[in-house]
Amino acid sequence: MKIKQISVFLENRKGRLYDVCSLLGKNNINIRALNVAETESFGILRIVVNKPEAAMDAFNEAGIVARLTDVIAVEVEDKPGGLADILKVLSDEDVNIEYMYGFVEKSSDKALMVFRFDDVEKAAEVLTKHNVKIVQEQGVREL
Amino acid sequence: MIWNEEFECMSPADIKRVQSERLKKLAALVYSNCKVYKDKFDKAKVTPDSIRSIDDIKKLPFTTKIDMRDNYPYGLFSADQKDVKEIHVSSGTTGNPTLVGYTKDDLKLWGEVMARSLACAGAEPGDTVQNAYGYGLFTGGLGVHYGGLEMGLRVIPMSSGNTARQLKIMQDFQPKLLTCTPSYALYMAEEAKELGIDPKKGNWKVGVFGAEPWTEKMRAEIEDAWNMLATDVYGLSEIIGPGVAQECPHKDGLHVYNDVFYPEIIDADTGEAVAEGEDGELVITTLTKQAIPLIRYRTRDVVSITYEKCKCGRTTPRISKIKGRTDDMIVVRGINVFPSQIEHVLLGIDGTSPNYQIIVDRQQHQLDEVEVLVEVDGKLFSDEVKQLEELKRKIKKEISAVLSIAAKVTLVEPKTIERSIGKAKRVIDKRQM
Repeated sequence: MKIKQISVFLENRKGRLYDVCSLLGKNNINIRALNVAETESFGILRIVVNKPEAAMDAFNEAGIVARLTDVIAVEVEDKPGGLADILKVLSDEDVNIEYMYGFVEKSSDKALMVFRFDDVEKAAEVLTKHNVKIVQEQGVREL
Repeated sequence: MIWNEEFECMSPADIKRVQSERLKKLAALVYSNCKVYKDKFDKAKVTPDSIRSIDDIKKLPFTTKIDMRDNYPYGLFSADQKDVKEIHVSSGTTGNPTLVGYTKDDLKLWGEVMARSLACAGAEPGDTVQNAYGYGLFTGGLGVHYGGLEMGLRVIPMSSGNTARQLKIMQDFQPKLLTCTPSYALYMAEEAKELGIDPKKGNWKVGVFGAEPWTEKMRAEIEDAWNMLATDVYGLSEIIGPGVAQECPHKDGLHVYNDVFYPEIIDADTGEAVAEGEDGELVITTLTKQAIPLIRYRTRDVVSITYEKCKCGRTTPRISKIKGRTDDMIVVRGINVFPSQIEHVLLGIDGTSPNYQIIVDRQQHQLDEVEVLVEVDGKLFSDEVKQLEELKRKIKKEISAVLSIAAKVTLVEPKTIERSIGKAKRVIDKRQM
């Protein structure tokens, strides 16, 4: 149900995002989804990659602060109101979203969205109950 | 004018006699009234009887800020708490703050030495002083206040801050004296110009500036901006507050009132006296204080001293401006800051001590700014912005609570803080003084 997201602490400094991305490139790791949360003085890069363990090893070795977080990736109908339908389900069932972002690519005619919930287990349960398709870990690796 | 000619112009033989008498009494007082000192004397195998002249002071043990912290709150008092009429608290290195207390006689002494200082700077009875040192637990405001009252000045108790109001009051009451930190004097002059007020247009005579280190360059800037004489005052709350030493208009060293505050200049490592004129750590013994008399208190301030008679007529020894510290304390906006205090705050946040660095900066004629860089390790890191923002807010709040300083907190990546020989440099002082 859950997939691994890597969060990376970035100072707002020229070239930091490049450093991180080029490190992934060198290790032949592919970014599937990406989001940057920024504040006045620092940013948090959140990525879903095809090889999370290898990515973590590379970050640790390079002294880059990163951590794994459980997130849920769901398929969203690529049509007006598609995302709203899912949000309604979550809202009705009282599931709180910390943040969300889109995938870089999509499989077939569905769009993929990454959700970070404060209660991942409950969210997975609710989404399954309402027949929202959740992307499995294996699916992400093969994308 | 010389406020107390008897003591400020005393002959070397007479002052030595006075100091010797007072030291004998002091040794007896602390030995019988203060357990901490009794133990210190016993450990050093010295009895009050063996103190026969001021030269015997070398037999006595030193007192440090650590002693004040370890014996907080009342351990170093030699007076009964019912006789203590005022207390002040300043920051300690870590944990306990530094508490100082005053009996009625101590407050009288404080007024006396600050009256000497204001007179030494050039004040005359009847002059008006705008006192922009902070009132409250900080000793600056009230010290000047008591001295001003003692010597018959008209005191405007402004306290620090609220610059627009300071400028308005100045224009309305035309004070002759300004008392504040030197950086605040420059800041106010800058603000005045911004508001279209010419700081030179006033009735200014002299400023008594202190509570932080400053340079001859800053003196020249202040004198030029305000069209006043800028003098340096020295003091520390442990000894009494401001009023330990003061420059006269010759600006050739700060006169130490050595009938009440006996100065020694020592090698910080060996504890031995250095020669006249050589740099060393200033050590002070409060010869007449009652509530917390201190024996050979290590100020950690580096100065040199001269015993030559000054052109102003005073025979009191003169210390140089503070040339440095023998510890890692820095002074920010007149507030003493120890890096260990910041470390203590960070330790309290989640039990770990992340790497940190304190950057102090001051733009031209502006006030000091403090930035604390904190390395975010795996433990502190959260993937949620709000939690990192909360962490920043918490550190900032704690620092403000402990130091009364609004610091900017910046989270940085690990290993970004410069290290020298494996050890991080804790303080980067970029201030141009």
